[in-house]
Amino acid sequence: MADLTTAIAVKESTLTTEHALSPDSGPVSDDMVFQTRDLSVYYGDFRAVRDVELAIPERQITALIGPSGCGKSTVLRSFNRMNDLIPTARVDGTLLYRGVDLYADRVDPVEVRRRIGMVFQKPNPFPKSIFDNVAYGPRIAGIRKKGELNDIVEASLHKAALWDEVKDRLSASATGMSGGQQQRLCIARAIASSPDVLLMDEPCSALDPIATARIEDLMAELKNDYTIMIVTHNMQQAARVSDRTAFFTAEVDIHTDQRTGLLVEYDLTTTIFSNPADERTENYITGRFG
Amino acid sequence: MALGTIGDQDVASRVEATIQRRGRDVRGTGFRFALFAALGISTLILVILLVDVLTDGWPVLTDRLGDFWSGTLRSRSSDDSLGISQGIVGSFWIAVFVAVLAFPIGIAAAVYLEEYAPRNWFTSVLDIVVRNLAGVPSVVYGLLGLFLFVKGTAVTNWFVDRVNNRWNAWYGEDLIELGQSTLFAGGVTLAVLVLPIVIITAAEAIRAVPQSLREGAYGVGATKWEVIKSQVLPFAAPGILTGTLLALARAVGEAAPLILVGAITGRLAPRDSMFSGLEDFFGQFADRFTAMPIVIVGWVQNSGRDEGFGPAAGAAIVVLLVFVIIMNSIAVLLRNYFEKKRG
Repeated sequence: MADLTTAIAVKESTLTTEHALSPDSGPVSDDMVFQTRDLSVYYGDFRAVRDVELAIPERQITALIGPSGCGKSTVLRSFNRMNDLIPTARVDGTLLYRGVDLYADRVDPVEVRRRIGMVFQKPNPFPKSIFDNVAYGPRIAGIRKKGELNDIVEASLHKAALWDEVKDRLSASATGMSGGQQQRLCIARAIASSPDVLLMDEPCSALDPIATARIEDLMAELKNDYTIMIVTHNMQQAARVSDRTAFFTAEVDIHTDQRTGLLVEYDLTTTIFSNPADERTENYITGRFG
Repeated sequence: MALGTIGDQDVASRVEATIQRRGRDVRGTGFRFALFAALGISTLILVILLVDVLTDGWPVLTDRLGDFWSGTLRSRSSDDSLGISQGIVGSFWIAVFVAVLAFPIGIAAAVYLEEYAPRNWFTSVLDIVVRNLAGVPSVVYGLLGLFLFVKGTAVTNWFVDRVNNRWNAWYGEDLIELGQSTLFAGGVTLAVLVLPIVIITAAEAIRAVPQSLREGAYGVGATKWEVIKSQVLPFAAPGILTGTLLALARAVGEAAPLILVGAITGRLAPRDSMFSGLEDFFGQFADRFTAMPIVIVGWVQNSGRDEGFGPAAGAAIVVLLVFVIIMNSIAVLLRNYFEKKRG
C-alpha cells in the first residue's frame, strides 16, 4: 500500500478537490482516496448514471443515497471494477484511486479488488467453514502458513465484532449462522485481505433492526482503519453513520427518453440533512418523493 | 378503538353461507387418481419386466452363478463354461474409456460454455447443437464410430500409424489393425456418445451456482480461474457428479452403437494374461471385444435355435441391471453427501 501511496502523492497534489466539495466542508482530512470527474456508467448503449463528481475522503464514511434506479449501486460497483463482471458495462470519464486511473489499461481489476473490498446486499458467505471464509482472501493472496492465517482470521473476526460468538466453532459451516452474523462474517472476509477501502452495497437491507444496529456500530469502529463507502436505502442510516452524503436521483433524458441516474448533491451529511442546497435533495429527505 | 362484539346470529349465518363446503371436489379427486394411475402404470411395467427377467434367469442365477460369472461365450448353451466374463470385462473397459475421455472433456467444455464463452449468436448455436447431439439416436453414433475408429479416415490412419510405429519399435509388431473392430473403437464411440449429455448436465449444474457466490470471491480479489476452482466447481459438484454417473450408466447399457462398431456376439477367444505385461494390457484394447448388452443380444438371438440361451440372457440382464442400479445409487449417495457438505 505504502509504495502505491507515495508514488501517487505527487499526482494527488495536482488534483482539485474543491469543485466536488464546497471549500469549507473538509473537517477531518483532505486526503482523498477517490476522485471522479464526469463519471458515467453505461450498460451497452444505455447510460445508467451520469455526471458523477465525487471526492471520497480517507477514513470517513461516505453514504450514497437516492431512490431506486438512481444508479447509486452502479456507481459503487464501478469503484472496485465489480461492474467488469457484466459484459456490456463500461465506464466513461475519470475515476482516480489515490491519483491512479482505475480504468487505465495497465490496471488489473483483481489487484484493485484486493485493495478495495466489498460487502454485498445479501450476505453471501461461501458454503465453507467460518475459518475458510475469512481465510479465503489471504489464501488466494498466497499466504499458506497456518500460524499466519490463524492470526489474520482471529484479527479479522475481532474487527468484525464476531470473534466472541464464533471462536469455539470456527470449523462449523458459515451457512448455519444467522443473517446478521453472516453479514459480519462477510465484513471479516473483506477485512482479512487488508484492504484500503470497504464498499458496502446496502449491507443491512436483509437484516433485522438489531443486526442492523450492530453493523452500524461496527462501521463506526472500522472507519478508524478504513475508508468506507455505503449505499443505503435508509436515510436514517445514512444520517446516523456517514460523514458525507451523496444524493442521487434519476431523471428522464428528453433526447433519448431514457431514465438516467445522476448525482444531485454531495456534501457533509449534516449539511445534506439540515440545509440541502438542491430542492430535489430536500424533497427526498423530507419524504416528499422517492 | 373498542373491540366489536362477535356472535351476532344474523351475521354468523350469512358468513356461514359463504364459506361452507360445497359438495365433494370431484374433479380434483379425479385428477389425483389420474396422476396416481400414470405413476402406477410406469411402475407396473417395470415390475413386470423385472419379474419376467428374473424368472427366465432364475435357474442360471441360483444353480451356477459362479461359473456363469467366470464363464465365456460358447456356441452351445449346454456348455458348462458358458458365461459373461468377457462381457463384464468389455463393459468395464468401456466405462473406463467413458470416465477417462468423456468426463474431463465434457466438464471442461461446460465450464467454457458457461463461464468463458461470450454470449453471442455463435455460442447460442453451439448450445443448440450440443443439445441436439444429446438427442441423436445412438445408432448414428455407432456409424460415426464405424467410420472414424474402425474403417479409418485420414486422421485416424495418421494416428494409427504413429501408434504402430512406436509399438513396432518396442515389440516388433503392429498394435492396431485398421478394419478390425477393437475395444478401443467401442470405448471411444461410447465416450463420444455420452459427451453431449455430460456437457449439458454439467452446464446446468454450473448455471445453478448463485451469482452472489461468484461476486463474493471476486470481491476479495480472486481471479476468474480461482473463482471457478474454489467456488463454482465445488458448488456444482453434486450436479455434475450425478449427471456424469447417469451418463456412465447409459453408456454401459448401450448395445446399438457397439453392434455397428463390431462388438462380437459369437465366440471370442479369451485373453487370459490381461495383466501380465504392458503389451498384453494395451493389446487388449486393440483386440476384438464384447460387452454386456452385446452378450445379451447374442443370446436372445440364439434362443430360437438353442432354448438354453434364454435363461442365460435373463441372468445376464439381471447382472447388468444390478450394475446399473449400483451406479445410479452411488450417484444419488454422492450427490446427497456433497449437498450436505455444501450446506
